[in-house]
Parts: sequence; C-alpha cells; structure tokens
Amino acid sequence: MTDTRVAVEARGLVKSFGTNRAVDGVDLTVEAGTVYGVLGPNGAGKTTTISMLATLLRPDGGQAEIFGHDVDAEAHIVRQLIGLTGQFASVDEKLSATENLMIFSRLLGLSRADARKRSKELLERFGLTDAATRPLAKFSGGMRRRLDLAASLIAQPPLIFLDEPTTGLDPRTRGQMWDTIRDLVSSGSTVLLTTQYLDEADQLADRIAVIDHGTVVAEGTAQQLKASVGQASLIMRLRDGSDIALAREVVQRSLGVEAVVSPEAGRMTVPMSDPDRVTDLLVAFRADGLHLTEFSVQQPTLDEVFLAITGKGIPEEDVAAHEAAVAENEREGVRA
Amino acid sequence: MSTITHPALASRGDLRNHAGVGQTLRNTVTMAARSLMKIRRTPEQLIDVTLQPVLFTVMFAFLFGGAISGSIEDYLPILIPGILMQTVIIASVTTGVQLREDMDKGVFDRFRSLPIARISPLSGALLADTVRYALATTITFATGYAIGFRAAAGPWSLVAAGLLMIVTAWSISWIFALFGVTARSASAVQGISFLVLFPLTFLSNAFVPVDTLPDWMKWLADNNPLSHLVTAVRGIVNDGTFGADGWITLVSAAVIVAIFAPLTVRAYMRRA
Repeated sequence: MTDTRVAVEARGLVKSFGTNRAVDGVDLTVEAGTVYGVLGPNGAGKTTTISMLATLLRPDGGQAEIFGHDVDAEAHIVRQLIGLTGQFASVDEKLSATENLMIFSRLLGLSRADARKRSKELLERFGLTDAATRPLAKFSGGMRRRLDLAASLIAQPPLIFLDEPTTGLDPRTRGQMWDTIRDLVSSGSTVLLTTQYLDEADQLADRIAVIDHGTVVAEGTAQQLKASVGQASLIMRLRDGSDIALAREVVQRSLGVEAVVSPEAGRMTVPMSDPDRVTDLLVAFRADGLHLTEFSVQQPTLDEVFLAITGKGIPEEDVAAHEAAVAENEREGVRA
Repeated sequence: MSTITHPALASRGDLRNHAGVGQTLRNTVTMAARSLMKIRRTPEQLIDVTLQPVLFTVMFAFLFGGAISGSIEDYLPILIPGILMQTVIIASVTTGVQLREDMDKGVFDRFRSLPIARISPLSGALLADTVRYALATTITFATGYAIGFRAAAGPWSLVAAGLLMIVTAWSISWIFALFGVTARSASAVQGISFLVLFPLTFLSNAFVPVDTLPDWMKWLADNNPLSHLVTAVRGIVNDGTFGADGWITLVSAAVIVAIFAPLTVRAYMRRA
C-alpha cells in the first residue's frame, strides 16, 4: 500500500513525575500501515510515551495526534482508533477468557450475538479455544499476552500499541508472538511497539526510534541504525603459543582494520564491516600457519547500541562530538 | 488538520468525541454485569451479606433477647431492623474496597483506553452493589423468620423496608466510593471505613433501647442518622407506618448523594 498518511504524529511530548522527567520532548512520526519500534532500556520512557499516545496519561507538554486527532482534546475519538496491549496483561484475572472478551465486546457496543461470535473468532485465532472457560489464574504468561492482544483487536482498530509484547516470554512463545504481530501488519494495521531487545525491533519494525532518558536519541530503519551503531565483531581465539603480532598484521592486511587483543592472551576481537571478506582472513591465517581454537560472530548488543548512540560515560557536551566521531569511524570502516 | 479519508477509518462512520446518555447507561449495565460475574466466580465475596447476617441475627437474638426484652420473640421486632441496618450499611463499604482493587489492576488501563463512558466502571460498581444489598436484606429477613420473627404489617412491608434500606445503603456507598477512589490501597479503605462504621452502627438504637444510655451517649444515639433509619424500618414492618424518621432518612440520603456523588465523580474522573 502506498498510503503515506500519518498514524501517529508526536511533537515535543513531555511528562514529569515529581522531579523526574520521564519523557522529555519526544518526537515521533509513524506512517500508517507500518510497524514502528520504540527501542530503549528500562526506565527510558517507553511506557510513559505509549500511555500518553493511548490517552491513559495527559501530556505535560507538547502534543500528539492519532490519525489527525489530538490525544488530549479528542481523547474519546482517539480511543475509537486504537487498541492497547500493555506491559502487564490488562484483562480480568477472576474471569475466564470468554467472559473477558464478551465484556470488552459489549463495552465496545457489539450486540450480545455479535460479541459471542467475535469472542469465539478471536479465541480461535489466538489458539485459546481449549482454555476459553478456564479462569485466567491458570493461564501461562504467553496465553495471557495472547488474550490481551485478542482483547485489543475486538474493534479492529487501525492502530495498535504493543508495550513490550514479548518481555518475560520464553523463546518459543516469543516467536509465536512475532508471527502474530506480522499477521496483524499484513492485514493492514499500523503497529507501534516498544521493546528492550534490538533483535526484536530488527525482526519486526520498519522504522525504529531509540529512546533514552525520555528523548529520542536516534531514528531510522533497522539497517541505518545498525550501521550507525557499529558492526558485528569476529571473536577469535588463537592456539596457545601463536604469534599474536603476526595475527594482527594479517588482520590489518586482509581486512584493513585493527584487531583488539584481549588481556587473556590469544583472544582477538575484529570489527566485521564486510562479512564477505572474512573468508580472505581465514585463508590468510592458514597461509601464515596461524591456527584458531575458537571462532564466532558477535552482534552488537543493546548495551553497545546505547553506548555508541548516547555516549554514556561521556560528558553531555561531548555527545555531539562523540556522535561525529562515530560517523567518522564508520566512513573509515573502523569500529567506534 | 484535514478531514478523515484514511481507508482504515472509512468504515468507522462518524466519530464522536463524547459518550452519549444511551451509551453511558449501556456501559454501566455491562460493568455491573461484570461485577456480578466476578461474584459468581468468587462466591466468598458474599460472606458479608450471607453468612454474617445469619450469624449475627441468631447470636444477638439468643444473647440479648432475654436480657433486653424479656424474651426472644419480643426482642426480634427490635433486633431484626437493627441487624438489617448494620449488615447492609457494612456491605456498602465493599463498593469502595472493590473499586480501589479494580483501579489498581491492569484491566483498568484497558477500560481507560476504550471508547466507553468514563464513569461506567464507577456507576456499574454502584449498580451491582444494589444486588448485594437486596441479597443481604432477603437473608436477614429469612433468618429472622426462621427463628420466629413475623412482620406485623404483613409481607409487603418487608419489601418496602428492603427498598428503603437499599436506597439508603446506595447513598452511603458514595461515601465509601470516595474513600475507594482517593485511598492508596484497598486495605486502607477497609480500615478507614470500619473505623467510621463500627461506632456509627453500634452507637444507635439498633440493638438496645437508648433510654438506658448515659445522657451524652443517648444524645449521640438519638441524633445518629442510622437510628432514624432503624426506627423507620421498625415503623414499616411492625406498625405499617412511614413517619418522620422515614422522611429524615430519605432526606439524609439525598443530602449524602448531593454532597458525595459530585466529589466522588470529580475525584474519579481526575484519576480515571
């Protein structure tokens, strides 16, 4: 779909709790029909931002529009356009899955018959039919999340907020959740999701905003973001007694980058800017009689992403300089 | 901002920025139905309006009947309206406690993100509680009947007295709803409410004739609005009359609603 209408437009959103500015001037633009990821550590302001966009919290400053409707002045209209799946399952613990969906359906104005039909459909779609009449207390974390998501979809809202949809789920359930989210998008919904996991944002989101201390510190596609953050690294361990100096020279010759040798002798970390040339390196190692006992590829972790983008540990005024340096290093193909 | 033409919104018709009266009523009924469903799942919530009136009626009748009125049969017409008042008024605390519990739960976030009448979780809870009061009234009268209480004014007087009780308890539940909305935790609501209610229900004419009390306490008991309620109920079921005490009760109830309903709704809307 070539629709370029904007689903979410936030400008300078601010929310303070006491002296803590949880959200400190967030700008976001989400195009309709896309998945937008908000990536950040605990306490970065992700949930607070979503709460303001979903009309749960009133912004202290700035403004936000959902499909052109102001979240403050037109809150009731905005609520007709959104579905919210919170970080903690927002369903009634004491009731069964069916009862929960029935009540939400009735509240949304469906007739009794339609509510029953819709609940049944959603339970089937989310694989909860067998557990439909059991009280939620007996549900697993993954089942609860699924029910929560199902409840958000009753009115088929054009925009869905997912606040950390997979936090606390085991890897298999997380994979199922990802599939569900992909299904949603293929049916035309716009999704705004928050996550602490880089790979989740990478897997699902068309665009990603990295948020830290209540502000957006980087924004772009997953590719752009990863490129700006630093590349994957090769981790190699040389056989005992190998010539470390020679190994470094070979790395320099084959890849044109500087290897970092760890204090524990024999372990080298090499920035991998072009995976295609790793073969060259390995061939060169063999030619020079260097032997490896271990070889692995390490993706940049979220910690490194934040370190690189926010320059934590660096004085505030140096952040800009640091970012410039990151960009500079990137051009040279050297890891920041 | 341009008008809505987004395809995803096309099927949504006109979007209104406020819930109308009809929707508010429908949402309220759904919320009340939700409360009743929860009661069905956790019947132990009903102990205060089922086992408690049975226990108190039987216990008080046999403990105090002889001492206060000379015999149990003579005491029952005095006691039953008193027990009824205490049971139903104490049951009205539950509104506040459950409201607080609900507001602390994740499901409340969902309610707040839905395009429903904002007031409906509150109004639904208040509506559902009238069912609890009706249950408490029925069980108290039934227990009384079982141990020999007969309404001198006939069975319909019990219905009339029950209605007066339900209206009064509903009015008073607005006070506890305000506690519920503003308190930090459900147990705090419970604590504050009982601190207010225990003296209020006992310092009345509910269980004893006030003539034997010291002057200052008699004055308190005479002017306790709950004494008027108890006297009114006695008048209805024992004599078939509805006098000054009944009107004082209804006016007091109206005054409570006039004061506490706006306060509660305002406090609630600020938090909801």
